[in-house]
Amino acid sequence: MKKMAALLIVLSLVLSLSVVIAQDKVTLTIESWRNDDLVIWEDVIIPAFNAQYPDIEVLFSPVGDPAQYNAQLAARLEAGTAGDLITCRPFDLSLQQFNDGYLASLNDLPGMENFGDVAKSAWVTDDGSDVFCVPMASVIHGFFYNADIFAELGLEEPATEAEFLALLQAVKDDGNYEPLAMGTNDQWEAATMGYQNIGPNYWHGEEGRLGLIDGTVKYNEDGFLQAFEALARWTPYMPTGYQALTYPDSQNLFTLGLAAVYPTGSWEIGVFNSQADFAMGIFPPPLPEGAMDCYISDHTDIAMGLNAASPNQEAARTFLEWMTSQEFAELYTNQLPGFFTLSNHEIAVEDPIAAEFLSWRGECNSTIRSAYQILSRGEPNNELDLWRLSAAVLNGDKTPQEAADEVQAGLDAWYVPGG
Amino acid sequence: MPMNKCRKSFPTHIVVFLAPAVIIYTLFMVYPLVDSLRLSLYAPAAAGGEAFVGFQNYEKLLTHELWAPRLQGALKNNFIFFLFHMFLQNPIGLLLATLLSSQIVRGKAIFRTLIFTPTILSFVLVGFIWRLILSPLWGISGDFLAIFGIENQPWLGLENTALPTLSLISVWQFIGIPMMLFLAALIAIPDELLEAARVDGATAWGLFWKIKFPLILPTVGIVSVLTFVGNFNAFDLVYAAQSELGQPNYSTDLLGTFFYRTFFGVQLQPGNPTMGATIAGVMFVIILTGVLIYMFGWQRRLLKLEIEL
Repeated sequence: MKKMAALLIVLSLVLSLSVVIAQDKVTLTIESWRNDDLVIWEDVIIPAFNAQYPDIEVLFSPVGDPAQYNAQLAARLEAGTAGDLITCRPFDLSLQQFNDGYLASLNDLPGMENFGDVAKSAWVTDDGSDVFCVPMASVIHGFFYNADIFAELGLEEPATEAEFLALLQAVKDDGNYEPLAMGTNDQWEAATMGYQNIGPNYWHGEEGRLGLIDGTVKYNEDGFLQAFEALARWTPYMPTGYQALTYPDSQNLFTLGLAAVYPTGSWEIGVFNSQADFAMGIFPPPLPEGAMDCYISDHTDIAMGLNAASPNQEAARTFLEWMTSQEFAELYTNQLPGFFTLSNHEIAVEDPIAAEFLSWRGECNSTIRSAYQILSRGEPNNELDLWRLSAAVLNGDKTPQEAADEVQAGLDAWYVPGG
Repeated sequence: MPMNKCRKSFPTHIVVFLAPAVIIYTLFMVYPLVDSLRLSLYAPAAAGGEAFVGFQNYEKLLTHELWAPRLQGALKNNFIFFLFHMFLQNPIGLLLATLLSSQIVRGKAIFRTLIFTPTILSFVLVGFIWRLILSPLWGISGDFLAIFGIENQPWLGLENTALPTLSLISVWQFIGIPMMLFLAALIAIPDELLEAARVDGATAWGLFWKIKFPLILPTVGIVSVLTFVGNFNAFDLVYAAQSELGQPNYSTDLLGTFFYRTFFGVQLQPGNPTMGATIAGVMFVIILTGVLIYMFGWQRRLLKLEIEL
């Protein structure tokens, strides 16, 4: 009997001890679509955070397929099973989550003063009264090229669209390489890496984008139509069977040295640095005939918010506050070259290609993707229409005018400027 | 009254036996279905929450210039998808089953297993493998087709070939199911009948059409209705191979992907549960109609036939 009692006491002690341990350690789970970044979060960012806050465990838990992030996150938020920290898509998607009460307001988070209004613009309410995500990074669109192929064929970085097309023609005439590494199967590639990449030069960046929002500019006129026309001129230079090539296919085409030019954005730097064994270079979107000013898509892409239903509010706020620091900005910008911090901290960018991307901010005017703010709130969705129709233009299934008319009709179906 | 004495006590045991099935079926099938139909009569209200709108969602889906083409497109694609299964998968399945039930084929177990194997593979795997096989960049389809002098195409990337290609992949995956069902029916035919026919001088062709086929007619009906229900609920393969957007340009969009996209949202498009439920309602009506036609038009006639026999 005594033995039994002693055993019970020991058992209950062990149990209570483990309960105490469990209460001491808080585990924060981060929802994200960036599965490419898993290693960097686990090996660099989270250990750096734990060096200061050893009691908060952080688990980076991205979805398998980035394209499924929004749907899966929405389902988890609704079911109350989402993680403590939510990686925020820019503009309306996060705004909707905030309005639905899924994201907490971060107005009083210490450190938010490290971000300017432009940086925060993608994650504030329309009236600017609430900010609900800590801005992490923007990405800049441009063109990667295989410098070895350029040297072999005696090509130079093009500055104008005419030079760009002549360059593609030269690669095609040579016949050993695909001029462009690009596929239309995934549709978004055609819109994001094609239309939104070169477009700002035609619709004059913010001038055109804001014009769409206030109704003075149309998708089927002037700049926005010209961008579709410019995109259609790429068709002869697309790789064999491009209609069925996916995004990873185009990445592989380029990193295996099979294609000369890859239209994309700065987020590829990390992957390409580790996979391509040739010299790479970049050039900004080529200018249309007669244009003087250059415009780049410098897209506010990613931020971090707090799940309002998280049981670990305090720990999560600690983590978010750390994310506003100089240390995080430096880690993120340099560990994930191509994702540029949106904070006001002075950061030295180590990667030469990332530094070159960043230097375009000084030379060109920045804008963001045209459909992201306000215009994708209704049905049919403006961004999805751009995906589908940019792909159809490159596939030759629609003329630029048809595609532009269809995009504008889709927008007109529900959007009332200023309404 | 004398009648009272004859009346049996309340049949408690029947209730008890039925209860598990009725409760589980009601809880997990009937209730969600009814609730989904209820949801399709609501729409998001301006003041937040949802407001009752009657059949407005259905009206919008069927007549609105932006919704109607999507519904018609998905419906048309779904019919093409179904026709491929009905007139390719099922006849070939029947042919395979006939061969496997005949005396002349050797190694039947091996063939049966091989043909049935794709059926148990995951959609994700099937979609992925076929994407690789058909890839214009890495795929083996180009070399294979070159043997027959056919030029390779980006089969899954062109608007006019994507849906037929996808249908054929699905036929390849599921041919084992009709084959097994037909095989089971063919094996069950009594040998005496066949022997008697042979004694009377029936050829193999006559034997099949005059004896075997009429006897497996009930299975033909079951297979057809299973194909119909399965195809109009299809979603997985398109989702795995062509994403929920039914790309390119909606050419592989089925009712299932149209529903998923609308209900859960895609990328910047937020989910719209009420319109999603409306599409689910339309799917329910279509499938119900098909099943009812089968029940009253086919099964009843068969029953009558059996009674007459």
